[in-house]
Amino acid sequence: MITQPAGSVMERSTGNLLEVHDLTKHFAVRGGLLGTKAAVRAVDGVSLNVKPGETVGLVGESGCGKTTFGRMLVGLIEPTAGQILFEGRDITKRRSKRDRQDIQIIFQDPYSSLNPRHTVGKIVAMPMVVNGINPPGGVRKRVQELLELVGLNPEHYNRFPHEFSGGQRQRIGVARALALKPKLIVADEPVSALDVSIQAQVINLLRELQREMDLAFVFIAHDLSVVRHFCERVGVMYLGKLVEVGTREQIYGNPAHPYTRALLSAVPDATKIGESVGRIRLQGDVPTPLNPPSGCRFRTRCWKAQELCAQQEPPLSLKSNGTIAACHFPEDGTLIA
Amino acid sequence: MTTQTSSAEPYLKVNDLRVRFKTEDGVVKAVDGVSFSVSRGRTLGIVGESGSGKSVTSLTVMGLHNPGRTEITGEILVGGRNVVGMLDEDVRKLRGNDVAMIFQDPLSALHPFYKIGKQIVGAYMVHHPGASKATAKKRAIEMLDRVGIPEPMRRFDQFPHEFSGGMRQRAMIAMALVNDPKLLIADEPTTALDVTVQAQILDLLNDLQKEFNSAIIMITHDLGVISQIADEVLVMYAGRVAEHGSVEQIMREPQHPYTWGLLESIPSLHGDPTADLKPIRGNPPSLINVPSGCAFHPRCPYRMMNPGPCDVEVPQLLRVREAGHQVSCHIPEERRRTIYRDEVSEVGVAQ
Repeated sequence: MITQPAGSVMERSTGNLLEVHDLTKHFAVRGGLLGTKAAVRAVDGVSLNVKPGETVGLVGESGCGKTTFGRMLVGLIEPTAGQILFEGRDITKRRSKRDRQDIQIIFQDPYSSLNPRHTVGKIVAMPMVVNGINPPGGVRKRVQELLELVGLNPEHYNRFPHEFSGGQRQRIGVARALALKPKLIVADEPVSALDVSIQAQVINLLRELQREMDLAFVFIAHDLSVVRHFCERVGVMYLGKLVEVGTREQIYGNPAHPYTRALLSAVPDATKIGESVGRIRLQGDVPTPLNPPSGCRFRTRCWKAQELCAQQEPPLSLKSNGTIAACHFPEDGTLIA
Repeated sequence: MTTQTSSAEPYLKVNDLRVRFKTEDGVVKAVDGVSFSVSRGRTLGIVGESGSGKSVTSLTVMGLHNPGRTEITGEILVGGRNVVGMLDEDVRKLRGNDVAMIFQDPLSALHPFYKIGKQIVGAYMVHHPGASKATAKKRAIEMLDRVGIPEPMRRFDQFPHEFSGGMRQRAMIAMALVNDPKLLIADEPTTALDVTVQAQILDLLNDLQKEFNSAIIMITHDLGVISQIADEVLVMYAGRVAEHGSVEQIMREPQHPYTWGLLESIPSLHGDPTADLKPIRGNPPSLINVPSGCAFHPRCPYRMMNPGPCDVEVPQLLRVREAGHQVSCHIPEERRRTIYRDEVSEVGVAQ
């Protein structure tokens, strides 16, 4: 599932659609007294593979680097180091037109991600126009097909984004992402700006499209229950690092990393009334990525942390519960639901 | 109006509140006949989607509406005094002292130009004109400490931008509680926060309520938050109350199709992850043009029409068998119980 950072780079494709090795992004900022240069270590060596048609979720608190990671996959941010392989081709520095078309993104905010001065038809057609693609039957016909596919009325071709509700706008964003028949879609918080009753509509739409078109997804979200309903495999990020990867059943049923357990137990559970028992409470906030803690980055908030955790960074390795996790003192035991 | 199980006289009583805004497009009926009450030491959760009138209800209680554009009828009794029609000056004395509010976004609710300490001291001095600056400062530091801000002395002299999101929300809670309010209104206080910080803030609110014995109104769209913190729940839809009851009644035996829809559509940490979610069809209505009859009828899978009553007559909020549980729905109670047991209780969060 996950490749060890070094050495394995030379191994050629093992049926993976996407292979990410040790991807890193440091943003330079000016800090300190004398304006010395510092770096925000937004993503710090993340490796992840995605198979064709697979849905992989990325969860973590704000500032953990999940959005930066997603944007690097699409090519919106240039990585500082590391490698991205798409179908075995290195697309880290430059990517062909075909590769660009094959990886698309759905944004979080359906209000700011659609140009208010363009009609829906123009917005959805734009990827085809930019790429000089003339689908059989013409662009207009294809756009109307796409609108129908995402559950919008094709007649609304000439309307503007403000005439649609939040859920419908997100559908427009989905149609645009599908316009070039991509193989991989990076969905960055696609439902978090929507009302609860609308969230379910969009999640169902994405699931249906994923199944029908055999799309691979990297699904970035902070809502753990949404990710559980969409992704077969889940990665948990903390302060720019991947701390645990496993199947849905492993991550939600028996995770090894204390952080994963803490995250899960912090989700307010609508099936339990009143204060729930045995919840893990994390103290404080996520430390700054300007100067992350030594050793294990989670140790400052971890209730199991010991000497070793401050001295040595735990490597990602296979744990007894079946997940790959970075922890010196992993947990094993089914979560009590 | 509302039946109240608590023994004490409710601190806040809202009777048949109606709020209308005049806009260029027409009259927005933001709140349309809402009644509820909250006693000290109790938490009322108000659930609803955007545009359901939940925030307008709370802003009206605080007197934070634009009087030129707003038309308010009904009664809002805070500790026995009616806020509707009260002089601005009197409302100002009430606000921040007896009634305080926490907002969703602490970054825009705190003034970026003033130090946190100064803002809290300000909130204290306004309602304690005789107090010395030293007393106010001591009180502010005490509050910062009480809401779990480490090194309150140092934090007192920092600006909002030097605080993290969770710390800002704590500072805002400290400011809201500095005058020991009897009613605290929290409008989506944790929506902008991460889950781990959200859990901390909800715990804090629970502890503080025990300590100060305040009444709390918690406005949220998250039924998980509701079930953790609320004693009573008001479900709002299109400016009206769809259902009102204890948290057990709403979460375990809901009787309104809209509440069912909410419970069914939320993805959960339990149950079959591969099953499709069951969304509520359609979109929330515009408050300028509320559907006739029951506002939920265009989206309701169990509506009764041809001939009405669902699309013709607005259903009244009526008591059901259990005390304290009220539902506004035309479907007969027995049928609602059958539908819930047979069709709804197996899906999603409902169980």
